[in-house]
Amino acid sequence: MYVAVKGGERAIENAHRLLAHERRGDRAVPEVSLSQISEQLSLGVDRVMTEGSLYDRELAALAIKQARGDMIEAIFLLRAFRATLPRFGASEPVDTSQMRVRRRISSTFKDMPGGQILGSTFDYTHRLLDPVLTEESMPEQPVLAEAQPAVMPRVTDILGRDGLIESSPAEDAEQPVGDLTRDALSFPAERDLRLQNLARADEGFLLSLGYSSQRGYGRNHPFAGEIRLGEVEVEFMAEDVGFAVPLGAITLTECQMVNQFKGTDTEAPSFTRGYGLAFGQSERKVMSMALVDRALRARELGEDVVAPSQDEEFVLSHSDNVQATGFVEHLKLPHYVDFQSELGLLRKLRKEFHDANSAPDAMKEAAE
Amino acid sequence: MNAPTYNFAYLDEQTKRMIRRAILKAIAIPGYQVPFASREMPMPYGWGTGGVQVTAAILGVTDVLKVIDQGSDDTTNAISIRKFFEKTAGVAVTTSTLDATVIQTRHRIPEAPLHEKQVLVYQVPIPEPLRFLEPRETETRRMHALGEYGLMHVKLYEDIARFGHIATAYAYPVKVNARYVMDPSPTPKFDNPKMDNCPALQLFGAGREKRIYAIPPYTSVVSLDFEDHPFTRYKHDACCALCGAGESYLDEIVTDNAGSRMFVCSDTDFCETRQAEGHRGSESAPYAENRHA
Repeated sequence: MYVAVKGGERAIENAHRLLAHERRGDRAVPEVSLSQISEQLSLGVDRVMTEGSLYDRELAALAIKQARGDMIEAIFLLRAFRATLPRFGASEPVDTSQMRVRRRISSTFKDMPGGQILGSTFDYTHRLLDPVLTEESMPEQPVLAEAQPAVMPRVTDILGRDGLIESSPAEDAEQPVGDLTRDALSFPAERDLRLQNLARADEGFLLSLGYSSQRGYGRNHPFAGEIRLGEVEVEFMAEDVGFAVPLGAITLTECQMVNQFKGTDTEAPSFTRGYGLAFGQSERKVMSMALVDRALRARELGEDVVAPSQDEEFVLSHSDNVQATGFVEHLKLPHYVDFQSELGLLRKLRKEFHDANSAPDAMKEAAE
Repeated sequence: MNAPTYNFAYLDEQTKRMIRRAILKAIAIPGYQVPFASREMPMPYGWGTGGVQVTAAILGVTDVLKVIDQGSDDTTNAISIRKFFEKTAGVAVTTSTLDATVIQTRHRIPEAPLHEKQVLVYQVPIPEPLRFLEPRETETRRMHALGEYGLMHVKLYEDIARFGHIATAYAYPVKVNARYVMDPSPTPKFDNPKMDNCPALQLFGAGREKRIYAIPPYTSVVSLDFEDHPFTRYKHDACCALCGAGESYLDEIVTDNAGSRMFVCSDTDFCETRQAEGHRGSESAPYAENRHA
């Protein structure tokens, strides 16, 4: 019997042991190392760091290895570890205009100060399986060029000079930045919390929502104003010493979407912004995030909320894959107590149905 | 690499303090859902993270913990959560309802009456009783604020109009302290009367939905009904095959491919205690002296 038999404890232990065995796979095959994962599956590591909300390549690689390549499981492992870390403050806002850019493209201008930098991308590869990679291989060294100027203005800043695009909200040092891991999210949610939620959100969920907005469910006419990838300094204001202390550099991908806005009675037509930011190289994620960020600004911009991507309760409540997978998969837990109640109710309803239908006609009429 | 170290009962003290504040507020406003900054726990959302966080926040070194799922101490998730606290808090654990000071449960309230020295911690998947009638949190919070529960009564009325009685078998809504309509978590409605005027403190934790609510000891808990269609407790047609109990909640167990079945107590501690006291049912399998049949 599933219920009454003791031994669940041993079953769990043995299941864990079998899991470890299967994670290792064929023991004759060399074990994958964390540095191999970090170096050669780096986009996977980037995703786990982004949705796991923790910038640590080594721990993310460990999570991927432990999760046998199941990305959501790896994200979950990293999140659960992150939840136990002490929080001693928030960094200064990172300045992406100071980014050491490795890749930067704009679909709105053919050329602009700093130029287009294609960098590394799958975009113009032909998706043909490469037989060379079936064996160990050593690719050619990359071509080098002169270092770029340190400051590369953002495309949206260029548009902003002519007032063609709404200005980004000014930073207010007095205003605390929300943190949905420290306070329960409530609705309506402000944009800082929405962006935090989207940054942690499942890439696939945002991809589909962004896609749906392109296909007409809450269309917002986007252009990829700029996508940039590179390293930025993170600084922390140390109260004791009285100045910002550099903590190190992190790799970020940023996307600024430029969207149409027809204006209102009080506001002139102008372009509006959708924003995406993620750890590592995560272009699909930041583009999707920017589309959904813009869609979720419908309320603020006085647009009709008609599509799922514009509905902040719907989007923000269902975007987290750790929450989603937990609740979907909890259906594996026993539910026999509730099922027993339903069984009892169903038998009663069926009996009443049959009794009613087998009764003489007169009684049937009376029942009606 | 940062080698992880963990606090007593896993959560750090700052987090525990935040959860305790939410619990105190919940006790002060019986049945009201208090938002709290639920953490990612090392088990999945939907598997008891709310209950685990509440338990972690209230557990002390002298507590004796019991964990049940479906009424049983031996279901895999109950074992997993019990082991978690054995490992992270080192507290004593028990399967005895009477001996436990903290009981974490999923889907059942123990059959044995609870006493004043106990806390019952429920794992809650969807804390909002109005959720399936109104999916929006902004709306349901407003309805609670205004005490506007007409929608729920209409739903119950429609059940009666259609089926002749209220067709909700579990997670049957209750009104707490004559104010808030509350979801008792997916316990069978059989258990609802046990919540009323209960000497133990009842705490409800919903991790994924980030809500905590409470029923303080000796608080009125009324299952919603109508004067002409009063709440009725579900009654099984059978007795427990192991201990012969006629008043406990029973699990139906299919025993062969022909669909034969037997009924046994869902509350394993209740059933084993009765058997130890000499009560016998038609099957009484675990006790050797009855095996000859």
